[in-house]
Amino acid sequence: MDGIGQGPKVAFTLPIFGGIEITETIVIGWLIIAAVLLVCLFLTRGLAKVPTKKRQIVAEMFVGFVNNMVETTMGKRWRHYAPYIATLLVYAVLGALVSLLGLRSMTADFNVPLTWALMTFILITFYKIKSGGPGGYLKGFASPIPLMLPLNLLSEVATPVSMAFRMFGNVSGGAVITSLIYSALAGLSKLAHLAFDVGGVGFNVFQLFIPAVLSVYFDLFSGCIQAYIFATLTMVYVSGAAEEE
Amino acid sequence: MLEKAIVLGCSAVGAGLAMIAGIGPGIGEGYAVGKTIESIARQPEAKGDCTRTMFIGVAMAESTGIYAFVVALILMFANPFIGKLS
Repeated sequence: MDGIGQGPKVAFTLPIFGGIEITETIVIGWLIIAAVLLVCLFLTRGLAKVPTKKRQIVAEMFVGFVNNMVETTMGKRWRHYAPYIATLLVYAVLGALVSLLGLRSMTADFNVPLTWALMTFILITFYKIKSGGPGGYLKGFASPIPLMLPLNLLSEVATPVSMAFRMFGNVSGGAVITSLIYSALAGLSKLAHLAFDVGGVGFNVFQLFIPAVLSVYFDLFSGCIQAYIFATLTMVYVSGAAEEE
Repeated sequence: MLEKAIVLGCSAVGAGLAMIAGIGPGIGEGYAVGKTIESIARQPEAKGDCTRTMFIGVAMAESTGIYAFVVALILMFANPFIGKLS
């Protein structure tokens, strides 16, 4: 159970402004950014009008997938949103999947999904004000009757909070369940006298294959689905805010 | 010491009780997915739209379960009641 629910460790401290603590999350985030940058540079090298290289086909497939997703969910005139959605998708998927490399998942730190949710919230508010004007935006809180004002305010705040908690809850829930399974399997191995001590490192037979199967669900499936849902909800909320009368 | 033990034990029970909320999203999501499959079977060409709408609905239904999970996490790892003993 060590390390789960304790928050990310502090990797190092910047010696300015009395010491800014740089956590694991930030380090992993920048590693992902660097990795994505390298992959993009590799995939887009030597682009040709008629693709001859495999890597250009891969890049076109991904761009086409995101463009298609944005067009079908938000409509054709929102095509310029594809880069933002693609960024969210890639960052969220990789941020959840780094746990496969033994690193801490980036989205298991509540600050990360909260930041994304606040970005979406700012976009929603911007489009609501743009479509209805500042007066219309404020009036929208008192509709259909002024009595609904507190409920409308609450639902406005609930949108980013629930988006952030959904992402965080799924990924960190997977981490908690995985660590519970690991400790349970260690106990089982001890009961069955299958726990060995190899050069000071504990070695439990039951821990060998069972967690891998569960990890396919809790890390791979859950991470990808949550990234997809986050991107879809962002698109739905933003296009919904702009089309409100 | 005894007070601390009582608070910790009750918090653990509370975390377990909070997760009963998992029943609701489970039933709701199962119902939503079942209905989606029904409609896809009736109109296979609408598969894309149905699946997308289902994902949004399922994500909404999941919120309550996630809230309960966050409450359980807070009770387990960041217990707010321990500090009130003094």
